[in-house]
Parts: sequence; C-alpha cells; structure tokens
Amino acid sequence: MIPKNESPRPGIADAGYSRFELRAAYVSLFSMSCGPRRDGECLAQIKDIEEMTHVSNEKAGTITTAEPTVEKETRSEEDLDLPWQVVVHNDPVNLMSYVTMAFQRVFGYPREKAERHMLEVHHNGRSILWSGMREPAELYVQQLHGYLLLATLEKTG
Amino acid sequence: MEICQRKGAIEISELDPFLAELLRQIPASANPDGAPAAEQRLFSSPTNGKETELCAEWKMYVEPELRRLFQSATETVAGDLEQLNGDEKTLANRTLRIPAKHSDAWLSALNQARLVIAVKNNFTENELNDHFRSPIGSRRDLSLFQVNFYGFLQEFILREMQS
Repeated sequence: MIPKNESPRPGIADAGYSRFELRAAYVSLFSMSCGPRRDGECLAQIKDIEEMTHVSNEKAGTITTAEPTVEKETRSEEDLDLPWQVVVHNDPVNLMSYVTMAFQRVFGYPREKAERHMLEVHHNGRSILWSGMREPAELYVQQLHGYLLLATLEKTG
Repeated sequence: MEICQRKGAIEISELDPFLAELLRQIPASANPDGAPAAEQRLFSSPTNGKETELCAEWKMYVEPELRRLFQSATETVAGDLEQLNGDEKTLANRTLRIPAKHSDAWLSALNQARLVIAVKNNFTENELNDHFRSPIGSRRDLSLFQVNFYGFLQEFILREMQS
C-alpha cells in the first residue's frame, strides 16, 4: 500500500505520475492509478505542488532551494479500502498442467491448492485466486497475463 | 520421433521432415499480426470492462512489457530452432536440443502459438478435446494437429521441469 503523502521521485511528478516502478520482468501498475485519474484532479495536484515549491533565484549566484514537495493522494478512499479479487477465467486452449504451474509460480500455492483452483476454473468457468488490496492484485493479474492466462481484477461488492 | 531428457537438455530426436517443419513454424505461428482476435487474446483485458482507467493505463504501460516478454520467448525458441535449418534431406533423423534454461521460453512460445492458431481457426472446445479426430484432411485439421502437437511438447517440458 502506498503511504499517503509519500514524496514523489524526482522527475516523475513532473510528468503527472506519482510513482511508476519497473519490477523484475513485469511493469508494476502499483501506482499508475495515482496518476492523472481525472483531469481536474491532476491539474489540482500539479498546482498544489507548484504552490508548495518556492525557488529563490533573485540574484545570480544564490543557491536555489526548494521545499520538499508533498503530493496529494489522488486515489479515492474507496479504491484503497475495498478488497479486490484476482479472477482467472476458463480457456480451453491452456493445458491444465500449465495453468497449475502458473498458479504455483505466481501465488506460491502448493500443488494441491493450485490444482484445486485450476479445476474450479475448468468446471465453473472461473476461480477467485486471491483477494486483497488493489496494488498486489494488479501485480498478480499482470503476472498471470505473462503466462497468457485470462485473468481479471474485480472489485468486490 | 523420440523425446527424452539428456545432459541438462530436452532432446527431440529422429525427427521426420513434417514434424521438423511444424517445430520450425512455432515462431511464425505465435505471431498474432493481422488477426485482431488473436492479438486481443494475447493481450486480454485486465478487468471485466468496468475499470476503464485501469484498462487505459494497462494498455500504455503493461502491454508493451508483455509484448517484449512474449517476443523474447519466441526469439529464444527461434534461436534453438536454427538447429533444424536445412533442406528436407538434411532434416532426416535430425536432433533438436532444448537447453533446460530455455524451458520457460519454450512453454511461453508454444502457448502463444497454440492460442493464436486456436483463435485464428475459431476451434471449439469439443474440437480441441477430440483426440480421436480423423487423420489430417484439410488445412483446419492440420492446424488442430499443430495445436495438439505443441500441447504434447508443453506437457513433456512441464513434466521434465517438475521431475
């Protein structure tokens, strides 16, 4: 979970995104949703940052200083609080053994649990593999797509 | 054709020209270009359609990374398949060695190829599960055989990885 008021990395905030990380072979979507989600919010966010930053450059040779910028969290409370589900959908092409291996690798499930979920997908058309905060859920879906599984992120309730 | 594990590699030996050609087709078969439905299957939506912002971000940031991941796998496989270069006569009894460290790339490339072929041919679940289908008599039968052959290779690689 991203702590509120976390300072953005230099340069990233300029582009309107608060944090964007590369993680191993996959790009993390963790904070992309903290980016310009809605035009109004994004502009307000940039304006706030500009107002908080004071640059003293009246004379040549003076040291330029800037107060630390504090970024406003643009993700809504609802997004943060509601549990999200990682759902895998049936695909008749993917082999059962391949799907089981993907579940074991992505979630670290023991073989029996991975097989149980695989069979649920096979018989019921879908299985909820994991539920929790949105950010890890996004990463799980991303990894499952790396294995070419049909996986989606769904909000509960 | 014989397939076994030997000295840290999967060896496919006594390959006849037909199966060798099917193997050589893996990288091309995995390419979804020109088939929007296949492209859509390889790069499926991360949501059930309700989270439009997430979908847009996904397309912008994750899809290119997945594209690189898939391409890297097919390039590794294409490199291994160079062992099968040559005309039909020289392909007789050729052996293909797949290094164990390339197993993941092969699993991915084979899966990409199977998905793309299945979408392009619009195979039904019944067709995909019909292992007693009559011998190859049409282009569609050949494509189904290709999907099953690649599936057999996937199963073998998975089994060897787990053993």
